Amino acid sequence: MPEPLIQTVDLAKYFETPRGRLHAVDKVNLHIDRGETLGVVGESGCGKSTLGRTILRLIEPTSGKILFGGRDIIGFNRNQMNEMRKKMQIIFQDPFTSLNPRMTVSDIIAEPIRVNGTIKNKKEVQERVEYLMDMVGLAPRFINTFPHELDEGRRQRIGIARALALDPEFIVCDEPVSALDVSIQAQVLNLMMDLQESMNLTYMFVTHNMSVVKHISQRIMVMYLGQSIETASTDELFENPLHPYTKALLDAILIPSVRYRKQLKILEGEVSSPIEPKPGCRFADRCPLATEACRECDFPLREIEKGHYVACRLYE
Amino acid sequence: MPEKLLDIKNLRVVYKTDNDLIYAVNGVDLSLEKGEVLGLVGETGAGKSTIALSIMKLLPAKVGSITDGSITFDNKNLIDASEADMRAIRGNDISMIFSDPMSSLNPLLTVGDQIAEVIEMHEFDLSSGEIRKKVDDMLELVGIPHSRKHEYPHQFSGGMRQRIVIAMALACNPRLILADEPTTALDVTIQAQVLKTMNELKEKMDTAMILITHDLGVVAQMCDTVAIVYAGEIIEYGTAEMIFEGKDHHPYTVGLFNSIPDIKSKARRLSPIDGLMPDPAQLPKGCRFAERCRYCRDVCREKEPGTHIFDDGHMIKCFLFERKEAIGRR
Repeated sequence: MPEPLIQTVDLAKYFETPRGRLHAVDKVNLHIDRGETLGVVGESGCGKSTLGRTILRLIEPTSGKILFGGRDIIGFNRNQMNEMRKKMQIIFQDPFTSLNPRMTVSDIIAEPIRVNGTIKNKKEVQERVEYLMDMVGLAPRFINTFPHELDEGRRQRIGIARALALDPEFIVCDEPVSALDVSIQAQVLNLMMDLQESMNLTYMFVTHNMSVVKHISQRIMVMYLGQSIETASTDELFENPLHPYTKALLDAILIPSVRYRKQLKILEGEVSSPIEPKPGCRFADRCPLATEACRECDFPLREIEKGHYVACRLYE
Repeated sequence: MPEKLLDIKNLRVVYKTDNDLIYAVNGVDLSLEKGEVLGLVGETGAGKSTIALSIMKLLPAKVGSITDGSITFDNKNLIDASEADMRAIRGNDISMIFSDPMSSLNPLLTVGDQIAEVIEMHEFDLSSGEIRKKVDDMLELVGIPHSRKHEYPHQFSGGMRQRIVIAMALACNPRLILADEPTTALDVTIQAQVLKTMNELKEKMDTAMILITHDLGVVAQMCDTVAIVYAGEIIEYGTAEMIFEGKDHHPYTVGLFNSIPDIKSKARRLSPIDGLMPDPAQLPKGCRFAERCRYCRDVCREKEPGTHIFDDGHMIKCFLFERKEAIGRR
């Protein structure tokens, strides 16, 4: 079995708030193989973005381990971490706020190279920028333009070129296409899949859009209030969802065809608070199948079929 | 023949900026019957929201203006209506739901007061007790316990806030609702709640609705008729069945459908439309989609295509159909 590139062990991030501890990421175990895309889905506030940032140590975890190629990067000092950062990059959702409006396209793409000093010669840096722009499909004439002069699709391409500047192995993609129109979204998704193939990249793809995640990922992890509640290969998850929340998520997808018009099913109840959560299943308040037993103790992820894990009392 | 509630003819809207004239809406014809749900679909900047704002006459003052065309609502010409007339119509006969529920609610007023305000503005003969009763009814209608009317918007979740906005929009039993991306900011499970609420209310009150969205899934679920908007024009119009199941389509519609990842198929590559929408300040002569169209011929760049109307009412604005050549969708 190939060793996973990324692995987390009981990774947790708690934020202290005046009302108590907010469990943003709560003991998440995941692994991503080299060259694979893991989709992370869940509703806003479920901790998926925090998870992505914690894995990159952009947010310091509260506890747990992050293994990159088998080495725990949590103990790394500043120098070691700087080395690691070249291998792990991030693409952000909003291509407007994640680009400095006072830097030109070439400044933005060259910045990681400059900061890390991987290429010293000015002319070579310029060549590298041109190469990266070509790779993400940005015409050379944009090299001296500013982000505001470009449309959002091209801005997102700048973000991708910047993430690729240091030849990373692993990229966290935090809702990279959510802000884009469908036709532009399709162009960017195609580009990301081409790049993955040619550079053997490993992606963690965070999104709330189920059809996008199905399209791009090999495996999917579903999160609910900081916890991973179900993980399976993409086909398995869509064909055989086990957790009631996963089922509700899939039920809520609207298919663009009049043949699939459906009676919309509604999840009753409100999302419970992530601050000092009660013991037991966090979905119990909204779950149509919940019983008293669900609220008594936590249910860990359990492997039901090969590679298909679920955390639910129904499958104990 | 059923009665037309809204009839728009040859609507043209221009925005003036310091340097340019932006041609946002370029000759749009639309009509809507009582109780009908029309989907306006298109990319950002296609002019969907501008059409809605023109109906409400809420275009930004001095910058945006209607340069041509007519908007008839319930046999009243809205273009000539005075500001006082419009104020009586807005919220009462026609109301609007915006995409971001946080910015369309006042953070300093309780939700009960905000709903009451709409009713006070339009129904002068109600006593304060009757207004309070109506506020309670509206909240219950959208599935929020009326005991929460003394709370402020920030105390509600995103989906509940959007349902409060819907309660406000419905408070005076409007005959037409303009919903501008009503569920775009919401999670899928919450989106289902809000769409279900809107559907039930529509059935109960027989309200007509224009649903502006770029989500074809929402359109398929909700709409009776669909208009595809591109560069300020309607390039295809028909019933939902024609748009989603029919075999003849505008090349742009085909591209739009091929751009969305299909949850039912296993194709690994999407086939997006290359290029971008033309700059509305410098619209090309001829067909506006020509630059991106793979069926583009010389005539497309020179002459604007006419709208071909099929026998069943399906309309497509493309030269391909002037000679009735069919192009297929995947």
